[in-house]
Amino acid sequence: MSRSHIAVAQASNPSHGQVTVALAGNPNAGKTSLFNALTGARQHVGNYPGVTVDKKEGEARLDGQPINVVDLPGTYSLTAYSLEEVVARNFVIGQRPDVVVDVVDASNLERNLYLAVQLMELGVPLVIGLNMVDVAEQRGMKIDTAKLSELLGVPVVPTVARTGQGVQELLRVAVELARQKPDWRPLDISYGADLDQAIAELAGILEGSTPRHGLIAARWLALKCLEGDHEVLESMRQDQNLTSRLEPVRQRVGEHLKSTLDDDPESVIADYRYGFISAITRQALVLEREVRMDFSDKVDRVLTNRLIGPLFLLGVLYGVYQFVFWASRAPVAWFETFFGWLGGAVEAALPEGLLRSLLVSGVIDGVGGVLGFVPLIMFMFLAIAVMEDSGYMARMAYLMDRVLRVFGLHGNSVISLIVGGGISGGCAVPAVMATRTLKDPQARLATILVVPFMNCGAKLPVYSLLISAFFAHRQADVMFALTIISWTLALLAARLLRSSLLKGRQSPFVMELPPYRTPTLKGLLIHTWERTWEYVKRAGTILLAVSLVVWALMSFPGLSEQDEARFASLAAQAQGEESQKEIANQKASAELGGTVAGRLGRALTVVTDPLGFDWRTNVALVGGLAAKEVIVSTMGTAYSLGQAAKKGVDAEPLAKRLQDSPGWTPLSAFALLVFVMIYSPCIATLVTIRRETGTWRWPLFSMVHNTLIAYLMALLVYQGGRALGLG
Amino acid sequence: MSVVTLRELKPGQTAVVVKVTTGGELGRRLRDMGLVPGTPLKVIGRAPLKDPVEIKLRGYNLTLRNNEADHIMVEVEQAS
Ligand SMILES: Nc1nc2c(ncn2[C@@H]2O[C@H](COP(=O)(O)OP(=O)(O)OP(=O)(O)O)[C@@H](O)[C@H]2O)c(=O)[nH]1
Ligand SMILES: [Mg+2]
Repeated sequence: MSRSHIAVAQASNPSHGQVTVALAGNPNAGKTSLFNALTGARQHVGNYPGVTVDKKEGEARLDGQPINVVDLPGTYSLTAYSLEEVVARNFVIGQRPDVVVDVVDASNLERNLYLAVQLMELGVPLVIGLNMVDVAEQRGMKIDTAKLSELLGVPVVPTVARTGQGVQELLRVAVELARQKPDWRPLDISYGADLDQAIAELAGILEGSTPRHGLIAARWLALKCLEGDHEVLESMRQDQNLTSRLEPVRQRVGEHLKSTLDDDPESVIADYRYGFISAITRQALVLEREVRMDFSDKVDRVLTNRLIGPLFLLGVLYGVYQFVFWASRAPVAWFETFFGWLGGAVEAALPEGLLRSLLVSGVIDGVGGVLGFVPLIMFMFLAIAVMEDSGYMARMAYLMDRVLRVFGLHGNSVISLIVGGGISGGCAVPAVMATRTLKDPQARLATILVVPFMNCGAKLPVYSLLISAFFAHRQADVMFALTIISWTLALLAARLLRSSLLKGRQSPFVMELPPYRTPTLKGLLIHTWERTWEYVKRAGTILLAVSLVVWALMSFPGLSEQDEARFASLAAQAQGEESQKEIANQKASAELGGTVAGRLGRALTVVTDPLGFDWRTNVALVGGLAAKEVIVSTMGTAYSLGQAAKKGVDAEPLAKRLQDSPGWTPLSAFALLVFVMIYSPCIATLVTIRRETGTWRWPLFSMVHNTLIAYLMALLVYQGGRALGLG
Repeated sequence: MSVVTLRELKPGQTAVVVKVTTGGELGRRLRDMGLVPGTPLKVIGRAPLKDPVEIKLRGYNLTLRNNEADHIMVEVEQAS
């Protein structure tokens, strides 16, 4: 996709007649806040095919007219170095929105104007949304918007996107500009005599060349040539003739600058751009009072202090863990009770048979088992949202960077690891998506591959079942051990990957530390809701489908007529309720053993015997390939709780049943815990990895790689434990 | 007045950027963040293992690793 956008830039506005407003701006300038304020509840999230970074599209209304609003990824510049920049630039050039609103953080004016100037050089119809004027004011800055607008030559509208102040006015100004259908009028900045001359020369050559660069100003292309923009140079190289005329000029000016200033065109251009900006801010920005240490800096002195910082970090992780489990205990129990009741009610209402079995074992158990954990997931995502929105997450990246670097990861990896379940209870899907903030492709891949080791919300039902069955008296210890194991393995695996498959130099860690902010309730709710909803949606789609498949595999083929008859006669002879129940259980077990899943499970015992897993566990683990939550519901059915003594997804009876089963020991349970923690990521995660890496190679790799590690670790635990006499 | 690299500054010190001695992606990233000659900056602090470093420039806070700070030549203004 890279070169085509530059080469074939045409007026191809996608929405006919409807005005399209694109929101560009630095990361964290408030674009999404503005987008939400503009589009309100009507916002819908749309993925563009072929583009790896999400753009959000929504509809705003101005005087009843629908306006198309596009939220672009945040960028510091319009070069083509990072994916976000490519996406933002290609959208602006390729789709030609009617108007671009550059969301500028007023409290950080100079750096934000660096992007604005580049947009102006491109020539797009531009309006500046001067956001966060409230913050600027707090810091004693006064910005003369009229002056700023005059100096820049574009409309400037002050806003506070967070509260919606000025937002409608901004939209009105933008739409008015768009309706005038202005031509693209590129801004010319002087870059000093040498460069100006070279730019003019290059532009002249480009002007005279084939018209295929049609709508983009030749001067802009010339500038990009001198800046060494890969994408533009690449598109020029298509034309041998053109390149042969451009190259000498480029070389000449490069050599000239080297000899006179000991510098390259790129940095000279940046210097002049910042010079241009400083000249403007000197006139439009007044520092009314000098705020030497603002609130954020004071907080940082404590929270990133060399001694207090790490302790506070551990305290936060521990606190979040305690809070989430404490807050969700009651609601999780309600959900469990509810689904237990629902299963019972359906069972009572329907006659025995396939339909009942399908609904109770397939749908309610499978999906209910997962939905039961929704409160826990929700609280965890709420806690994570607080860390993200307050600005503390960025500090965690800062504090952890040096440590993570030892393992070939990156400060920002910590965010993904925590979202993925680093404190236990998260989800690998948003975690894999959060790796986008990692600019280093190798470190990013390594993070993606180890994030599934974390204890996501889907593994928790399995943990809670096994822990309550075998480690009831030391639940907290085992949970803590699992957390430590998952981090240790993740870091070691990352180290291993980075020194084998993902070798490569570390790329820079240059990150803005945003000021601390009080999270808004709305922001927290949106964050929490989006991620929780993903989880719920999965329960309703993939999980439902898989539960049905697993149910079918565990139901067919049924018992032969002979066996049916045998159990019938046994039941007729049996006396007392207890033995009746026992026979029913035996029958259910025999039924299961003969099904497709049962046979598969038995076949797999060849491999899993050394780990101490029996065939029922194997069936559950195969089902768990789809989603880890399936493991519990499958075990529930497999341990013939199923048809005989159904009590919804109540964990207690199943835990009891496991305790009483021969072959199960705390040791084998622990081996299973470790295996479940590490083995193949669920389908949803695999699909996300595919989307984020652009190839099936990595999801396939992580399936095999993780399952192998899981096998080795479970083997180590089980056989090692037995050798020590623990089994 | 002496020209040193950003790595050598201590927390609390202020300085002015003299030159960014790297090109390529890192050079571009540093420039995008506003680290161009003439820019005043202040070292806010360092992470527990002395790396990365946090600086304040143009009214915002930026963090970068020591081996990136090596490419930023600064002129020390004052010690505190
Ligand atoms: N005080 C104040 N805070 C704001 C304002 N606008 C946004 N914020 C806050 O700034 C932070 C960043 O806002 P976002 O809307 O996520 O920024 P963004 O530009 O979409 O960021 P990226 O998606 O990372 O590019 C959030 O904590 C917002 O609540 C504002 O006008 N005033
Ligand atoms: Mg955003």
